[in-house]
Amino acid sequence: MKHLLSVSDLDAAAATGVLDTADRLKQALLGREVRKLPTLRGRTVITMFYEDSTRTRVSFEIAGKWMSADTVNVSAKGSSVSKGESLRDTSLTLSAMGADCVIVRHPASGAAHRLAGWVDRDHATTGTHTSVVNAGDGTHEHPTQALLDAATLRDRLGGIAGRRIGIVGDVLHSRVARSNVLLLATLGADVVLVAPPTLLPTGVEEWPCRVAAELDAELPALDAVMMLRVQAERMHGSFFPSAREYAIGYGLSADRAALLPDHAVVLHPGPMVRGMEIAPSVADSPSAAILAQVSNGVHVRMAVLYHLLAGAPE
Amino acid sequence: MADDRRGDPAGATPPSRELLSAADVTRTIARIAHQIIEKTAGVEGVVLIGIPTRGTVLAARLAAAIAEFEGSAPPVGSVDPTLYRDDLRRRPARALEDTAVPDTGVDDALVVLVDDVLMSGRTVRAALDALSEHGRPRAVQLAVLVDRGHRELPIRADYVGKNVPTARDEQILVLLSEIDGSDGVRLRRAGADA
Repeated sequence: MKHLLSVSDLDAAAATGVLDTADRLKQALLGREVRKLPTLRGRTVITMFYEDSTRTRVSFEIAGKWMSADTVNVSAKGSSVSKGESLRDTSLTLSAMGADCVIVRHPASGAAHRLAGWVDRDHATTGTHTSVVNAGDGTHEHPTQALLDAATLRDRLGGIAGRRIGIVGDVLHSRVARSNVLLLATLGADVVLVAPPTLLPTGVEEWPCRVAAELDAELPALDAVMMLRVQAERMHGSFFPSAREYAIGYGLSADRAALLPDHAVVLHPGPMVRGMEIAPSVADSPSAAILAQVSNGVHVRMAVLYHLLAGAPE
Repeated sequence: MADDRRGDPAGATPPSRELLSAADVTRTIARIAHQIIEKTAGVEGVVLIGIPTRGTVLAARLAAAIAEFEGSAPPVGSVDPTLYRDDLRRRPARALEDTAVPDTGVDDALVVLVDDVLMSGRTVRAALDALSEHGRPRAVQLAVLVDRGHRELPIRADYVGKNVPTARDEQILVLLSEIDGSDGVRLRRAGADA
């Protein structure tokens, strides 16, 4: 594995390999006072975030640090990006400084692919060797989020193949939904999207999942439900009449959560808008695995860095 | 896990010579168990830590043998040395193995590290580093089923099942029924192919 740009880079065996590595890393650190592994000593990992983020950026940084990599954060605010430097120039500059891995989040779909293309071409001429990880590109993909969701579901449900998983809400703007549908389907889950028709992307009928409009009808048969954040910052039009109406139709209220089977798991990629897509009492209930998702995120990102950086360069 | 001793016993196996039969393996484990009991004066405070995958199986068998002779089994665990290896960058990323330190921990314990084959000593070096992250044992000893020579580090085993002089390009195949379906140790000649 040279880059991780899309979950479609991973077949079932490769994805399971990353999840297994994450489990082993969690095990290796369990109960230890010093959470530090020497595996990536001397490697440099740069996070380059053109969009706001708390958990993804911090989680990658902790993952790198726990494996002894040197981690450096670059954000668009406060860097040469605000002076007008292009993505290409910024990334080649970081690559020339010796970054072994650049983790990029960008509002434009496809940004990580472009970046990987540039550093690969640069590799041919300069010999620098940089891996690229997509930490979210526009409305396209967020592969490590899908991997950490899969890790959490595997933990809670004992497996993914054959389980029915609902993904609910703003699918149109959600890179989390797209990556999850692809990965969960690859791992053999039965995925159902539930969303208002205005928040479904064109071409969704070609995705490896079923689409439903009625949430209450789906809930009793779900092993897990993933609530998506309504991405107001990406909405430049009206997709539903009002926040209240959205919450009534597609929010996971306590009454709705009661329709789920007892073993069902509630996921949310965060940040949550409590009272909109998820009721506070549901978010804090024992069936919610939202904080487990966050802590699994660190181990999954360690596993991704391990697979990209620990072995011999390809 | 020494590097070049492991073949695919189930695959096309080139001519190989038997070093230990199934009965020899059982006797050898019993002897090492006795030696551990003798040297540690009754296995008080002993913890057996296997190096995955076959070392972990051997550690469990040693514990069972010790229980048979001494009445109580020492705690058994495993420590994966992979994250501490010095040759990670020389080959594609390896799969990680099980790490499971017993609940009693290893602080002030007498840890016996267990592996199937000792060669360069690099795996044991990595396992010592991994082990030290989990606590500070009173002492660490090493038990191996086969010592095949070719050391690259100042490491030696305290308990050795069998010393086998080998050429560098020969392979030692350790078979254990839990993993391979039957017990035995075989030597595969260099350059021998089906």
